[in-house]
Order: sequence, then C-alpha cells, then structure tokens
Amino acid sequence: MKKLLIALVAIIPSLVFAAGGGVPLDKANYDLTDKASLQNGAKLFMNYCSACHSTAHQRYQRVATDLGIPDQMMRDSLIFTDSKIGELMINSMDKKDAAKWFGNPPLDLTLEARLRGPDWIYTYLRSFYKDPNRPFGVNNVVFKDVGMPHVLEELQGIPTAITETHVDEQGVEHLTVVGLESSGTGEMSSDEYDEAVLDLVNFLVYSGEPNKLERQSLGFWVIGFLIILFILSYLLKKEYWRDIH
Amino acid sequence: MLKKLVMGGIDWIDTRIPMTETWNKHLAQYPTPVNFNFWYFFGSLAMLVLVNQLLTGIWLTMHYNPSAAGAFASVEYIMRDVPYGWLLRYMHSTGASAFFVVVYLHMFRGLIYGSYQKPRELIWIFGMLIFLVLMAEAFMGYLLPWGQMSFWGAQVIISLFGAIPIIGDDLTLWIRGDYVISGATLNRFFALHVVALPLALVALVFLHIVALHEVGSNNPDGVEIKRKKGSATEEEKGQFTFHKQYSGKKDIVDAIPFHPYFTVKDIMGVSFFLICFCAVLFFIPEGGGYLLEAPNFEAANGLKTPDHIAPVWYYTPYYAILRAIPDKLIGVVFFGGSIAILFLLPWLDRCKVKSIRYRSWKHKLNITQFIICFIVLGVLGTLVATPLYTLIAQIASVGYFGFFIALFIYSKNEKTKPLPTRLTH
Repeated sequence: MKKLLIALVAIIPSLVFAAGGGVPLDKANYDLTDKASLQNGAKLFMNYCSACHSTAHQRYQRVATDLGIPDQMMRDSLIFTDSKIGELMINSMDKKDAAKWFGNPPLDLTLEARLRGPDWIYTYLRSFYKDPNRPFGVNNVVFKDVGMPHVLEELQGIPTAITETHVDEQGVEHLTVVGLESSGTGEMSSDEYDEAVLDLVNFLVYSGEPNKLERQSLGFWVIGFLIILFILSYLLKKEYWRDIH
Repeated sequence: MLKKLVMGGIDWIDTRIPMTETWNKHLAQYPTPVNFNFWYFFGSLAMLVLVNQLLTGIWLTMHYNPSAAGAFASVEYIMRDVPYGWLLRYMHSTGASAFFVVVYLHMFRGLIYGSYQKPRELIWIFGMLIFLVLMAEAFMGYLLPWGQMSFWGAQVIISLFGAIPIIGDDLTLWIRGDYVISGATLNRFFALHVVALPLALVALVFLHIVALHEVGSNNPDGVEIKRKKGSATEEEKGQFTFHKQYSGKKDIVDAIPFHPYFTVKDIMGVSFFLICFCAVLFFIPEGGGYLLEAPNFEAANGLKTPDHIAPVWYYTPYYAILRAIPDKLIGVVFFGGSIAILFLLPWLDRCKVKSIRYRSWKHKLNITQFIICFIVLGVLGTLVATPLYTLIAQIASVGYFGFFIALFIYSKNEKTKPLPTRLTH
C-alpha cells in the first residue's frame, strides 16, 4: 500500500507536466477580495498590456465600480483611448497592422484566465528570457517562440536562461532551459515583480468572471434556504406517510 | 362564502373541460406502488430539469445573438451586462449536465427493475426517443456559445456522417449548410435548439407519461399491482379509492395515490437535488472543465485546431466506442449501434421476471459488467487516446455490446427466484 502511494505521488508531477504543455506551472495565489491588488492589476494592465490587448467584453464603468475606482480617476488615469466610461474596453490597434507586426493579432484577454488558467499566466509572465535569435530578442519558457515582446522588461529586466544540453538516444543534442537568472536591470526586485504579476493575474481572473464573488456569496444564501426547505419537506413527507407504514 | 365561490368556479370549469377528472385520474386517485425507493426520484427530477432548461432558455434567447460574428460576444454580454444573466446562463449550462445525470440514473432504474419489459415496451421506446432528442438538443446547444470547443466538437461529429458511403459528403454539406461550419450552421442549429427539438421533447415526454399511466408503474419488486378483478381481498386492496379507470377493470393491491404521497416525497427529492445542483451552479459552474470546457472561453476559429478535442462528458461513452474502432465507417456503425441497441432492450430480454432482486446471478453479473464498461468508456472518452487506452476501450466496447448478446441468450431459460405475492416494503 505504502509503495503504491509513493508510486502515485511520483506520477503526479509528470501528470501536471503533461497538462501544462511540458512546463510545470507556479501556483498563483490570487485574492479577488483584495481591492488594492485588483486596482494595481488594473493599472498594470492598462499601462503595459492594453495598447495591444483588449478586454473587449468588459466595460470601463464596470471595472471602476467593482474595483472601487472613482469614475473621474478611471477617466483620467486608466482610459487611454477616447472611449466613454460606459463603453467596452476595446483598444485602437488595427487588427491587420497588428498581424503584420506580431505575426498574429494580439489576443483579447477578457477570458484569458478562464482559458489558460491563472497559474499559466502567472508563470508565463515570469518566464521571459533573453534570446537574440528571436525578433524581439526574447523567448519564453512556457510559450516557446512566443510572438510577444517582454513588455514588463522595465519592471523585471531581461533574465538570462540557464541551459543544459542532453543527448538523446539518436545522438541529437537538445538544449533545455532549466532556470532563469535575473539581469538585475529592472525597477523591481524579484519578489516585487512576482507580487506585481500576481496583481495582474488577479485582475485578469476578475475580468474573466466579474460576478464570481457575487455568485459565491449568493450561493451560500441559496443553499442555506434549500437546506431549510429540505428539512421541512422531509418532515412534511414523514407526516403524510405516517398512515402508510 | 369564499368556499362557495371557489367550488362554483371549479364546477364552471369542470362542465367545460375535465379538470377535476384529470386531476383525479392522474394524481389524486392514480395508483402508485407503495414500495418506490430512491431510484424513483429521477423521473420527476428530469421533468424539473426540463422546465429549468425551457425557462432559462427562453430568457437566454432574449439576449443571445445567433450569428457567427455576434454569438460569442453575446454570451459574454449575458454573463456581464444582463442583470442576473450569469445566473440564467449557469442554470442552463449546469442544467444540461444535470439533465443527463438524472436521465442516466432514470434509465439505470429501468434497467435493473426491468421496467422496459412487457407491457411497458412503448414507455421505454418513448423514453429512448427522449434520450435521442436530448442528445441532439445538447449537441446543437453546445455550438451556440461559438467557442473553440463548440466549433471543433461540431466539426468532429458532423464529419462522422461523411463516413457513410456514397451520400456521406453531400449529407455533411446538407447538415452544415456550408462547406465548413459557419454562421449558416449556427443559425440552423439555433432554430432546431430553441424551437424544433424542445417541441419534440415536450411532446415525447407527454407520450411517455400517457403510456406510463395506461399500464401503470413498475416497482422495485417487478410484481404488478394490478390483479384480476375479484381476486384480491379487502385487506389487500387497502384503504384508498382509486379512479374507476384503474379500479373498474382490475383489483389494485399495495398501491397508494400519487397525490399527496408522492408529491410530498418528490418535493423532498427536489429539495435535495437542488442542493446538489446549486452547489455546482454557484461554486463550480465549470465543473473542473467537464461542464464548461476551458477552450470554449476562446471564440471559434476555423484556422486553429485545439490540441485535444473532447466531447462533453455525457457523450464520452459512445465517443470512446467510436474511437476504439480503427475503421471510420465501422466505428460510426458501432457508435450509432451503441444507442440503437438500447431501443431493442424490451425484446432482447426474454425473461418473465422483471426485477434484478429475483433474477439469476448471471443477470446481476451482466448488469454489473455493463455499468463498469459504460463508466470506463465514459472516462476514456475524455482522455487523449493512447495504444493502452484504445485497447481498454476495445475491451469495454465488447463488454458494452456483450451485455445485450449475453442477455438475449441466458434470459430465455433463466433460473429466477420465486416472486413474492405482495410488494415488500
């Protein structure tokens, strides 16, 4: 039994490996109730992501209301297009131009956290490394040969990859990235950067489903009501069936 | 005064349509076996879920945009901008899976207690037709959010028709209304999903119940509650009066009226079911990627195939059978056959004893292996096929079809246990 357990535990990382497309993902411990984190995430998103990536299913007003950002501040500091506050968060980049510049037009990120999962985004944004062979000079451990530049470079700097070569059975050499080394050129320390990315992930999780907290809190009331209903209906049934048994 | 007014009103209606008569015939004086157990909750629950799907579906239709350009965004519009739209959408998406959960359990009940046997063959046939329409309904509904899995799932399933010799290609073209899945496909699936198939479902449910009430319910003992007129004692017949439709022709033993006894019992069942349903709806609406698949949070893109196309969980047993067979045409034949053979169940089972309680060890073993194979196939259908999984799926497919063949053989001269004269409860 013990051996079986050990064997199972040994398999688990390889399963996670398989699910993550080959790279183990770091856990993103985001917190949707942390308004400060969400606000910082929104700020980072609008400043570093929104020039290329839209969140086209979400409205500025909704973000402002849910995150506790005053309307005027939202207009002044977070809306960079000529959109009105009630409009959808669409950016002004032309899709055709974008496809020319990046190979593919940048994705809409409204549902990115539901599509790839928070852990993926959290790991991805912390996995860029220097690679002079790529058009933007960077590559990514999680998303190999990604078409996106390292937009958070001024915060993190550009890490260099620690690589290992191994020779497979056919004698072909493979280069694998086993770790990243900070360049120390970013504005933030490694911990600060992780924290900032986590805020950004938190904002994207919020964007994926802005009603998530409301859904859960309503759920407790509904289930509480149903438990009472179940007890009463059980007693009612018992009362009626008294004459049968 | 008020009572007089109400009674007058009822009389007024009763002289025009048979309201009280129908109420008595199908509820207040409808004889129901006294020994219904846990497995008998799922019929009423299926009706509840059907109503849930119809009502939430109507409200979703008010905001949904059935076009290739607008469908995906309109679902997110419902999730964000429509007041409680997220609740309607999750009720509908969770309801779809809940429908299959209760229907599978309902069918399992029929299977173990022999409820498909003579004289209830038509109830089973109508039930199977409901199941078939339900699968089509769910399949077409799954295209509507116009996500990646909507698109590619439909692509895979529709292409199966292409395996049919000669007419295959024309048939797929006819189904899609285009050379690829497109807005034309979406529009026709929408029409079928919101009008044609729900109508068919409601009509079939009506017929299912008409057929049921004509012969009456089976029960966990598989012993009929209707006996030859004049053969039962007063004690056996019990304290209740049943409608003359039933008691006029037969003596009814061990039965109680559906209302109030089973209405109060079903209300209890509904409350419990809703606790489970709402737990999923409010806390894990994605169901770990099995109820709402992650790739469906990306809009449909005909140029980008997802890494792994998996159907929703309720189709996976049949999908696993399809994949287990290397030849596409033969695979499709067995895929269709896995559903079609269920229609024949009343004639494949030649045993006169209905309930598993009084049948042979062979039958118990056969049903057990069938359920195991069904679940194994269901799990395998969600996974990426590997040579080992394909082998297991092939073995489980043999078990699935073997159930029916074995049943046909041993049920002719099955060694059964003696039946009780009265229902056990």
